[in-house]
Amino acid sequence: MIATLADDPANGATNGDIPLLQVRDLGHSYGSRIGCRDITFDLYPSEVLGIVGESGSGKTTLLSCLSGRLPLSQGTIHYDTRTQGLVDLAALSEAQRRLLTRTDWGIVHQSPRDGLRMAVSAGANIGERLMAVGARHYGQIRDTARDWLQRVEIQPDRIDDLPSTFSGGMQQRLQIARNLVTGPRLMFMDEPTGGLDVSVQARLLDLLRGLVDDMNLSVVLVTHDLAVARLLAHRLMVMQGGVVVESGLTDQVLDDPHHPYTQLLVSSVLQV
Amino acid sequence: MNPSPVIEVCGLAKEFTIHAQGGLRIPVFSGLSLAVSAGECVALHGPSGCGKSTLLRALYANYQADSGRILIQHRGGLVDMVAAEPRVVLAVRRHTLGYVSQFLRVIPRIAALDVVAEPAVRNGIARDQARERAAALLARLRIPQRLWHLPPATFSGGEQQRVNIARGFILDYPALLLDEPTAALDVDNRDTVAQLIEEAKARGTALVGIFHDQALRERVSDRVFDLESARTIV
Ligand SMILES: Nc1ncnc2c1ncn2[C@@H]1O[C@H](COP(=O)(O)OP(=O)(O)OP(=O)(O)O)[C@@H](O)[C@H]1O
Ligand SMILES: Nc1ncnc2c1ncn2[C@@H]1O[C@H](COP(=O)(O)OP(=O)(O)OP(=O)(O)O)[C@@H](O)[C@H]1O
Ligand SMILES: [Mg+2]
Ligand SMILES: [Mg+2]
Repeated sequence: MIATLADDPANGATNGDIPLLQVRDLGHSYGSRIGCRDITFDLYPSEVLGIVGESGSGKTTLLSCLSGRLPLSQGTIHYDTRTQGLVDLAALSEAQRRLLTRTDWGIVHQSPRDGLRMAVSAGANIGERLMAVGARHYGQIRDTARDWLQRVEIQPDRIDDLPSTFSGGMQQRLQIARNLVTGPRLMFMDEPTGGLDVSVQARLLDLLRGLVDDMNLSVVLVTHDLAVARLLAHRLMVMQGGVVVESGLTDQVLDDPHHPYTQLLVSSVLQV
Repeated sequence: MNPSPVIEVCGLAKEFTIHAQGGLRIPVFSGLSLAVSAGECVALHGPSGCGKSTLLRALYANYQADSGRILIQHRGGLVDMVAAEPRVVLAVRRHTLGYVSQFLRVIPRIAALDVVAEPAVRNGIARDQARERAAALLARLRIPQRLWHLPPATFSGGEQQRVNIARGFILDYPALLLDEPTAALDVDNRDTVAQLIEEAKARGTALVGIFHDQALRERVSDRVFDLESARTIV
């Protein structure tokens, strides 16, 4: 008999043996055009799943379905909630789903403008998420916001500045702080390092690596950058034409790609 | 020690298919079997291109074997690295199976000391303690102290290789894979690596290595596994 981790929870590469997210045959169509289809996977606690693939392959569509921003045309998503255990997300009420989005989940958009409120200060961007989960004490909210600015390497004395006065990299870090302040268990990230200078990217990646480790976050990470995937993701799914063509351990997929498309993808970059 | 092998390979096969070249097939080995016990060091041998590194990478599940089994004793059970789920493979790598690759893969912006300490930290050892161990290994491998706090990206080939070796020996893994650990090293450092291997064997580590350096191979290995005679290409 071959023992697997499921036989012994103490073995965990990850914290638990119950998947946080169970996705089965998921699909979304824009009218007659397929966004993505037949997507099946489990995501375990503390696991980082990278999604790579060419432009238009369905990565953002999949992420939007997972994070509840697009309805499913096909399939199911089950999520292991803190209070009720495994639930079918389609069966949740709108209010329950909103609560989940605000407390358990975080979404980091490719463009910080989609994830930040540009008209309010950095501190308010962070504080808003805290207030949404019931924080009321102004002084404490401000202290927490300052603390988080520091954690994402933004000078705490910028707390009252508008995000529009921040650089692209700072805005992206602020977006991350805004999401992490409520201690989510699951983060969805769409090209978090896209559009940033290489040196700024490296710093952001460092930060993400540290935060993911420290907070035991599960992450679904969309990226077109295989070096980013190698650095952050435990596991990869390669998408083409709306379907997953190859998946597995990150270094295995990148070093021993099997599908013709994955081989093309890996060989078309210099070294990852 | 434990009588059953720490690493047991049965009927392993691997071939590459290159789609960009019309599905060109490169068979590397098939029907390969090998068992390594605790405290034993097996040296892989054979001409360039015969598949030594491929076998080592398959053992680490960095390459996906096509068929056969790779059973690793992991925390009181057996894991088949060919069939295991990614998170199980990662758990085996974290706790049980170390791998010193031929070249260091540098992590941007991380200092050499932390590159070495990382596997220990990931295993739950306190950061200070992990750094102490890392420092001791770097000192043993004669990495000047002024380099410890720099990222190894700008280090020489030999320095990078020694950082990589230190990273591989920071934990007392029950099983360890070594791909030409001394290729770029001078005599003194080769001797240190030989000592590290001997100490690991004495602790009961099962080792599989590729050693081009004949003196080192003869000193540390108990057995030579010849891939040319072991593989049966069908
Ligand atoms: N709102 C929409 N209406 C109609 N079709 C859409 C819409 N959004 C995306 N699509 C189509 O769905 C497919 C998948 O798009 P998606 O945005 O998921 O790709 P992607 O992998 O994220 O690409 P990129 O790397 O360029 O961001 C494409 O063919 C795209 O044209
Ligand atoms: N990722 C890969 N994709 C395709 N072919 C590969 C890959 N890795 C190795 N090969 C092929 O497998 C064969 C065995 O290579 P391998 O690197 O295992 O040889 P080796 O015995 O380690 O040689 P050396 O002594 O030169 O290091 C070679 O033909 C090589 O081209
Ligand atoms: Mg997209
Ligand atoms: Mg080799």
